[in-house]
Amino acid sequence: MGQGMKRVVSLKINGREVEEVVPDNLLLVDFLRDRQGLTGTKTGCDGGECGACTVLVNGRARLSCITLAASCDGSDIETIEGQAARGRLSALQRAFHQHLGAQCGFCTPGMIMASEALLRQNPSPDEAAIRTALGGNLCRCTGYVKIIKSVQAAAAEARS
Amino acid sequence: MTGAIGKPVPLVDGVEKVTGRARYTADLDSRDALVGRILRAPVSHGWILAVDTARAEALPGVIAVVTGQDCDMTFGVIPIAMNEYPMARDRIRYRGEPVAAVAALDAATAAQALELIEVEIEELPACYTPAQSRAPDATQLHDKKPGNLEREVHHTFGSVAEGFAEADLVCEEMFDCAEVNHAQMEPHAALAEYDPEEERLTLHSVTQVPFYVHLMLARCLGMDTSRVRVVKPFVGGGFGARTETLNFEIITALLARKVGGKVMMRLSREESFVTHRGRPATQVKLKLGLTKTGRITAVNCEVVMSGGAYAGYGLVTILYAGALLHGIYEIANVQYDGYRVYTNHPPCGAMRGHGTVDVRHAFECLLDRMARQLGLDPFAVRRANLLTAPMFTPNGLMVNSYGLDECLDKVEAASGWATRKGSLGPGRGLGLACSHYVSGAAKPVHWTGEPHAVVSMKLDFDGSVTVLTGASDIGQGSTTIVALAAAEVMSIDLGRIRVVTNDSVITPKDNGSYSSRVTFMVGNAAIGAARAMRAKLVAAAAKKLEVEPDEVECEGETFFVRGSSQSVLPFQDVAIAALAEEGTITVKGTFSTPVEAQGGKQRGGAVGSTMGFSYGAQVVEVSVDEATGQIDIERVWVALDCGFAINPLAVEGQIEGSVWMGMGQGLCEETHYIDGLPAHANLTDYRFPTIADAPPIDVHIVESIDPLGPFGAKEAGEGALSGFPPALVNAVADAMGVDVNFLPVTPDRLLEAMIKFARTQRRKETMT
Ligand code: FES
Ligand code: FES
Repeated sequence: MGQGMKRVVSLKINGREVEEVVPDNLLLVDFLRDRQGLTGTKTGCDGGECGACTVLVNGRARLSCITLAASCDGSDIETIEGQAARGRLSALQRAFHQHLGAQCGFCTPGMIMASEALLRQNPSPDEAAIRTALGGNLCRCTGYVKIIKSVQAAAAEARS
Repeated sequence: MTGAIGKPVPLVDGVEKVTGRARYTADLDSRDALVGRILRAPVSHGWILAVDTARAEALPGVIAVVTGQDCDMTFGVIPIAMNEYPMARDRIRYRGEPVAAVAALDAATAAQALELIEVEIEELPACYTPAQSRAPDATQLHDKKPGNLEREVHHTFGSVAEGFAEADLVCEEMFDCAEVNHAQMEPHAALAEYDPEEERLTLHSVTQVPFYVHLMLARCLGMDTSRVRVVKPFVGGGFGARTETLNFEIITALLARKVGGKVMMRLSREESFVTHRGRPATQVKLKLGLTKTGRITAVNCEVVMSGGAYAGYGLVTILYAGALLHGIYEIANVQYDGYRVYTNHPPCGAMRGHGTVDVRHAFECLLDRMARQLGLDPFAVRRANLLTAPMFTPNGLMVNSYGLDECLDKVEAASGWATRKGSLGPGRGLGLACSHYVSGAAKPVHWTGEPHAVVSMKLDFDGSVTVLTGASDIGQGSTTIVALAAAEVMSIDLGRIRVVTNDSVITPKDNGSYSSRVTFMVGNAAIGAARAMRAKLVAAAAKKLEVEPDEVECEGETFFVRGSSQSVLPFQDVAIAALAEEGTITVKGTFSTPVEAQGGKQRGGAVGSTMGFSYGAQVVEVSVDEATGQIDIERVWVALDCGFAINPLAVEGQIEGSVWMGMGQGLCEETHYIDGLPAHANLTDYRFPTIADAPPIDVHIVESIDPLGPFGAKEAGEGALSGFPPALVNAVADAMGVDVNFLPVTPDRLLEAMIKFARTQRRKETMT
């Protein structure tokens, strides 16, 4: 693997403007974790199979392990670290915390980001919609029961 | 009770998890670390003739290369059965076994260096199944292990012959259960740092048992244990995979020492699978005798486990399989014959429900079928065999509390069994099974005579309480249990307490997170520490209040004289008074298991012994697609006797998680090797249920209040798992009339079984 091409990308990460020179083959997940120190986004598999690396790119859920950083030039990236506002948990974060949607917590950032994308598109998802939206996010601890409950609780809170 | 326990509480480290602040091993700062990578064996079995690392070492950016020659010490979890090297030395015994490793400036260079290492191998014939391994002409994997038998166990209790003679019905069946893997979501990782000036090593790792890793690092690196420090950051699931020290942990340390610095090793998902330690492929031949009323008169069980290439936990697994035939029902006559066999696959190990799951599966399936033949209801046959606690089983296991009867009542009512069983319509069915599991091994494999758990506690000038524990939270919520125990006993706010965990230079040694021991043992030790601290505070309060200590009560962060509404002292004042006596206060609590709990006198009798068993019953409702063999789990009703739910939220979460993991093993999980090459080593081919397939799980908590448990609690994280697969198979039998003897019950296998069954039925009909 040679050094390949590099290019300058400007993007927004959790509302902050970032400009960086990145190799063409740099994955978004490595860009976030290794270059930006945003290790909340996880790597759970060898590519595209687990959803642990889910982030929002322009408001849509994307797997950052199969997304090139260079392709995100001009994009708005949101990660788990950007979800709390002034240290206060987002509705989903609070719900995952209170309803034990997170046990070991490793799938959690991906779960929350995928759920965030869902709730922005569909503030009142039924259970089937939640299952569909999170179908690519694997969890080995919870049996998903409390994850579904957490998303429902967050949706209910946002409505109230 | 002062109100901290017995109600649902979010995890004390939960905020870190939902904000992404929780740092797992792979997240630790490694900007100044080298990248470690492992070269793995390309064959299943062979002699290593030569390893040439010259070209790799010459590659710019490569700082160090290590091979099997860098470590001539074996490692392993059982002191008498350590037969594995961190990197193969002369002999490769499974495909993917580490052979060499590199530390380089970046990942690309490390990968390139691996390709430059030349390994000359003389291949040997490989054995992939116990039958192949036990064949007379099979190549022996290990010296002094003829027939490739790692361990055989023969235990007889009572008289099986008499028991079967007494029976009205005797049946024997063979069950085959596939090998499964933990597939915890966090891939393996380790970060090692070696300081050659101080001759000290620090390792951060994904381990469930840091102290095992500590011992093995010292052993394999030839270091004094005092020069080693092991830290466990957040861990993304374990399920037993990380109970043993794993080869990559030692390899990372070897690399760090060689480079005189820091090395980060992040294994891929594929490598995490290859490291294995999962539940072995297990064949269970089971014979039961039953009276007409359903009483079990005798059990004869033969188990053959395909253990993989090294000893690992093998002898404990094969002992557990026999030991846990006991302790759930009243059975006087039991014979067990277990064979743990070496094969050229990655080594198996401990996995949630260690040793018992496949045997429990066979037992609950056969019991159900025999009940059917006798015209007994599945609930009735189980009720006919209940134990009465307290008691000791024939193999010497202590049963102090027993809530199985209540579990049965709960799921019977909740599932609507009485009215719904048999009336769900075609393709639908209900199945029942029971299960149990230990709350901590009463005698650990590393027997030193020390207490099983030590918790220390500090109260300082700021009024904060710091609890120090070596107990590993791997997502099960153990840190929260420790905090709750302290808050309850001292009657203080949870917010006043901080729990510091898993750093060998700070926290007391703990035996680790395995065999569901933490709540029971560490919980009790935490209660002990909190009581000691409380006694100091009460003494200080008594002095201030000018009364005797036994007249002082504490509640809601206040201290007062019993029966008097005056002279109430706030916590802060009492803390200051207590600190004035001696400065920073440190106390500790310990837990040791009583001798009676430590099992029978027979060889291996300590395995399976515990202070208390959890008990579970579950009903599974299925619908089966006759055309495809596809099974849908409609709903699960589960009840678990966990003694007492210190944190009902976490107990529920543990039960749901174990039911779901049992569902994976029942429906779809299995490893698959092609000539030793793992064909399952990714999260698409190693299938487990996703959120799309996750059924509603109706959880009922039963509290039998164990006399020795902390606040009466027992384990909650494993007991429910082994009930699922048999309840599933029993439900399939109810739905389709077909009894299947294999796990997982994949659509293709079920379809084949249904076709065979239909053919036999037709033949029977034409004959009559
Ligand atoms: S890490 Fe991206 S899908 Fe698994
Ligand atoms: S909480 Fe552990 S993987 Fe989901």
